[in-house]
Amino acid sequence: MVAIMSDDTPEKSIISRPMYGRLSAGNSTHHLFVADAEGAQAILDMQVPNASEFYSRAHIIYIPRDSGNRYLSSLQALNAKQFYTGPSIATALQRLQQTLSTAHMGLQLYLAGTEGLIGQAMQVAMNAGMDYAVIQTEHRGSRARRVQCVHCKGITEDVTTQPVTCSHCGLLLLVRDHYSRRIAAFQGVCINAEDPSYVPEKQEIFK
Amino acid sequence: MSIQFKQETFRDDFTFSNSPEQIQRFPFPFDKDSFMYSVNLEPHADGRKDSAYEASFDVDEHYVSEMHDRALVLDEDPLRCQSLPHMTLAGWDVLELIMTEKSRDYPDLFTLERKGNQCHWINRPLEIDQHFTFGDETTLPHGPMEYITRQAQGDFCLLDQRNDNLWMDAGIVTTQADWSLDFDIGMNFFEWHAPVPLAHEMGIFQRALKFLLNIQQGRPARRLNWTLTINPRLDTSPENYHKWGIDKATVAPENVGDKVHLRVELQTFWRLPRSNALLFPIRCYLIKMSELVTVPKWGRRTHRVLRDIPPELADYKGFASYRDTLVAWLSQYDDGEKTSPGVWPE
Repeated sequence: MVAIMSDDTPEKSIISRPMYGRLSAGNSTHHLFVADAEGAQAILDMQVPNASEFYSRAHIIYIPRDSGNRYLSSLQALNAKQFYTGPSIATALQRLQQTLSTAHMGLQLYLAGTEGLIGQAMQVAMNAGMDYAVIQTEHRGSRARRVQCVHCKGITEDVTTQPVTCSHCGLLLLVRDHYSRRIAAFQGVCINAEDPSYVPEKQEIFK
Repeated sequence: MSIQFKQETFRDDFTFSNSPEQIQRFPFPFDKDSFMYSVNLEPHADGRKDSAYEASFDVDEHYVSEMHDRALVLDEDPLRCQSLPHMTLAGWDVLELIMTEKSRDYPDLFTLERKGNQCHWINRPLEIDQHFTFGDETTLPHGPMEYITRQAQGDFCLLDQRNDNLWMDAGIVTTQADWSLDFDIGMNFFEWHAPVPLAHEMGIFQRALKFLLNIQQGRPARRLNWTLTINPRLDTSPENYHKWGIDKATVAPENVGDKVHLRVELQTFWRLPRSNALLFPIRCYLIKMSELVTVPKWGRRTHRVLRDIPPELADYKGFASYRDTLVAWLSQYDDGEKTSPGVWPE
């Protein structure tokens, strides 16, 4: 469950900052995985006692992103009942939404990979009526953040620097640890509102 | 006792000020010469005469102008008022509570007549005369929470209670001390307080939540919170921070008494009967430092509190950059005399 701390859990932070665990094969009747890039390895590392039986009831939605085809053959070898690879998170979320809208009770959802993927997939699941506390998550790979500009409300994807320029309104934003599950984003606040002459250098800190 | 409502602004030319009578009834937050977080919750019941605590929902000389400012904010940014779909019933609870309490506490200003679900609401200061059917949203110009909170000073949060926690699932927030309803809506008690320093480690929020979960209908509670604001600006939202943040740079020794305002939030907590939600009004009171020091005890004490406050709190409350200028100015109103215990003027 989500309470299990993983080695990848970021350093001590504020309470709204999401925490991630390790995926653990549950006893549900159906298993739905959504993963991107290195998130594939989280699935592959999972201990599954009766794998062929388990994966015969599994659906894997995978977005390779920068990892190309590095994990594809290993994932395919799991022989999931349904295996889908998509070109982007946005396309995969459509499939996730449709799958959840027709899902039965007893579906376990597993999310693995970047924070952006986990957050957005969780947002879709919550909108479908799922309680976030029963969703398993494991962070793997990039720490790039989805950031919502509190001023113009625009979302900037895959933010790796502190501060960052809002891709919508152009304000220079401090990326906070304050996180909204509903928006699936960290909060960005103008860093130099009190002194516009203050323009700190951008540093790559979310790698 | 009829209130003289002022015509004044909380933006642009900032004509807001407090009358001498209003200064005397200001909810001064410091009960001793130092400040640290505490679970300072108490019953909202004592009703001291001519104080901000006398009525359930205090109406003062700023009422009409504050409601005008709220309407301006909502025109600019409708995301300041939101309600998740399951909160409509709680919205009717809020409407009923505020109409009932206001018409009881201020019969000269507000009237509620009710026959079954047929209601007639009269708000004389805002010149509103509305017939509506309780529970039927189509008979009001806005949803029930928005309708009545456009007629009540202060921000209002509606907290759903489930899983032993409180969830910020609806609200109207236009006079806030730098937090975003749009970002925080849907969060639980610990999550929306996440950015507050020190208090988590002190166990403040765990104890406060336990208290709030147990609030009973008809037995509201209250606490005060405070910060400082430059200019009498009600809408110190993060949404507009890139516009008002620069105000801090305008503080100088010659204007500090009029520029810097003590901003006090009178927070109350009400259990609602149908939804079992908690109504959490956050009423903002502003007072210029030059007005505050007309009460000698408050001048002395405010000097001591701000001088001695831990740096991380000054930083979180946003006044670290002008603290020295302010404390130097306040020191001329502190003759070193002892101050009496408690918050009242003397």
